[in-house]
Amino acid sequence: MDFESYDVLVVGGGLAGLRAAIAAVEANPRVKVGMVSKVYPMRSHTVSAEGGAAAVMSADDSYDTHAFDTIKGSDYLADQDVVEAFTREAPVEIIQMEHWGCPWSRNPDGTIAVRPFGGMTTWRTCFAADKTGFHMLHTVFQTSLKYPQITRHDEAFVTKLLVEDSRCVGVVALDIRTGRFDAITARSVILATGGLGRVYAFTTNGNICTGDGMALAYRAGVGLKDMEMVQFHPTGLPFTGILITEAVRGEGGYLLNSEGERFLKRYVPNKMELGPRDIISRAMVTEFEEGRGFEGPHGKYMHLDVRHLGEKVIDRKLPFMRELGREFVGIDIVTDPIPVRPVQHYMMGGVDADISGETPILGLYAAGECANVGLNGGNRLGSNSLSECLVFGAAAGRAAAHYASSAKPVTANPVDAMLWDEARRVEAEYLEKKGGVERIGPIREEMQLEMDAGAGVFRTKESLSRLARNLGGLRERFEKVKVDDSSRTFNTEITAALELDFMLEVASSITFSALAREESRGAHARRDFPERNDAKFLKHTLAFHTNTLAPRLEYRDVKITTFKPQARTY
Amino acid sequence: MPDKTITIRATRYDPEKDEKPRLQSYDVPFYDESMVVLDALNHIKSHVDGSLSYRWSCRMGICGSCGMMVNGMPKLTCNAFLRDYWPRPIVVEPLNNFPVIRDLVIDMDDFMHKLKSIKPWIIRKQEIPLGAREHRQTNEQIDDFRQFSECINCMLCYAACPVYGLNSEFLGPAATALARRYNLDSRDQGLKERLPVIGGAEGIWECSFVGECSVVCPKGVDPAKAIQQTKLDTTMRFVLPYGNRD
Repeated sequence: MDFESYDVLVVGGGLAGLRAAIAAVEANPRVKVGMVSKVYPMRSHTVSAEGGAAAVMSADDSYDTHAFDTIKGSDYLADQDVVEAFTREAPVEIIQMEHWGCPWSRNPDGTIAVRPFGGMTTWRTCFAADKTGFHMLHTVFQTSLKYPQITRHDEAFVTKLLVEDSRCVGVVALDIRTGRFDAITARSVILATGGLGRVYAFTTNGNICTGDGMALAYRAGVGLKDMEMVQFHPTGLPFTGILITEAVRGEGGYLLNSEGERFLKRYVPNKMELGPRDIISRAMVTEFEEGRGFEGPHGKYMHLDVRHLGEKVIDRKLPFMRELGREFVGIDIVTDPIPVRPVQHYMMGGVDADISGETPILGLYAAGECANVGLNGGNRLGSNSLSECLVFGAAAGRAAAHYASSAKPVTANPVDAMLWDEARRVEAEYLEKKGGVERIGPIREEMQLEMDAGAGVFRTKESLSRLARNLGGLRERFEKVKVDDSSRTFNTEITAALELDFMLEVASSITFSALAREESRGAHARRDFPERNDAKFLKHTLAFHTNTLAPRLEYRDVKITTFKPQARTY
Repeated sequence: MPDKTITIRATRYDPEKDEKPRLQSYDVPFYDESMVVLDALNHIKSHVDGSLSYRWSCRMGICGSCGMMVNGMPKLTCNAFLRDYWPRPIVVEPLNNFPVIRDLVIDMDDFMHKLKSIKPWIIRKQEIPLGAREHRQTNEQIDDFRQFSECINCMLCYAACPVYGLNSEFLGPAATALARRYNLDSRDQGLKERLPVIGGAEGIWECSFVGECSVVCPKGVDPAKAIQQTKLDTTMRFVLPYGNRD
């Protein structure tokens, strides 16, 4: 058991984490930065983002318009001071990425091009064809390699935050390759662990998106904010859940029901295919329920049709979509419509953090999808998340570096004991446990199906109550889990068990937060409370971990500066 | 419909117990024509044997984690359809030419060092300030390096490369392609800094131009072309008079 000590330790190697690491070093070149990630950074799920990154890039756009679009998109649950700061910083970050080599698609004059996106009133989504996340991630990862101050711990799984006297002083991490537990101490820790899509069965998210950072913070006593706000993207491929980018509609694609009708005219007549994701996903489910969906081997679906765009535009703007269609569905999107249906995609909720990424625990910061800094409220607009990772990753990196330069060093003594306790806990619960009878896989699959059924596009008190009960049953079964794999070397069954433990935590925070929000706002659509209720719920939900399945819930007012809540129609 | 199954023969190797790798057979239900080899591995891990170890994440051919040898060919297992192999069994092994950590998991630290060695970042004599906005770059200028920027670091090209198989010091296809990606970028001025690595003895001259790297690349990158172009560039620099070498 070893100690590594840093000034700033970043947990997670996706876009937010890498941006934070570089920002910390650039804020103070003497800062020693550690990065611990359960996968090599270029495997992080940022890689799957497709459509683009939003920022005010042209003279005829304005920060106010971007802010208003974001706030209206959030169904007024966004904190407006945070949104305003975000819109001002986003263009700077896009330019920074350009200087680092991101191959942004260009206008004929060589400036960065923008495309239209859902819920945005003007063109402001910068893109690198339809692999924007891939290019941004590889750009920022490769750029991070030039900073000798950044030390990476690849393929190490954080099991616990080290918190001493209400101050975060590092993490306990399991080195996956060797099975060794290490205390990685630091004067400040930034959580940038991404989303939790794998709590659902049908999701665009990769296998690694298991809500680790949210669960770590939750267990350390930090509130999880607005966990009922789960985004369902309208266009996932049936069976696999592979994302078909919103840019397909941005570039002019049509959504058609089984009657060949652009049905969105009944739901978002002024925006049509460029309406926000929450409303379009509900429209699709409503059409399915009313019998106007296609029936396929993997359930109901709609057609997403780009045939009228022509091969040249498709190959220039949407080449990856053509590749995905060809390889995973066996269609050519130039000549065939794409089958799509709503799919879990993004978590608006997350670790309670402020505009600088600070959480209520001293020395603990959060950024990117795992955090909720108040940007996305009830519904994130497409292409705001990549920009969010840059803006708030950088902010957290700077804030953590600043704090670390004046913080007291971490003392080894209590850390030693905490490391020992945590290593013993994991060994006793999984590796050395006798008499376990339950497999990880079936519990995980049941949880995922329960979440789809109980906390999907539409919810009711009944669906959520049943879900809460069933999650309780799954937690009891998880206590009796058995692990086949006794090896210390690259034991991915242990990590699967640790991930399932985390997922059960965050799933229950989603369920109980959703149960208590008796209104419909953004992505949280309650059939039994179909209206938004500003008098009662213009508030953030904060879920705090307890010793039972149900969290303790608190509420906090939303920060309103400029834009008074009004009816949300498109 | 009768229950269809397919046999997966997967490499098992735990260095704590096993002297050498062996193949273990599993019969997996093949219930959907969309199933891929990765789905079969996930079925085994979830329902049959939780100790089978392998890497995967995005299952959409972009994260680069799940490369393995499938019936002797380097493949992304998320993109290798069972229907293309059934009813014959499928042999799944770790990628060739790498040390094996466990089961289907290879040690790719060597690539991570090589990646860093080629300085895969924009190098400029003078950085322009952020306030000066973006470098102007046309889509045609991006086309010069676009394909080399599509590398997902999946390691299939190294598994296919006979030279890397014999000499792991060889810089190899992906790292050379990524060096080329930056050297061809109109924003970059770092060719001279990268040349000692890519033009050195373990660099491009080792390549015997078999071209297997380009054949197996799942993203249409042509590392063999990158290597040949770099050879030409390097030669040209030596025949040009001083002063014309930037």
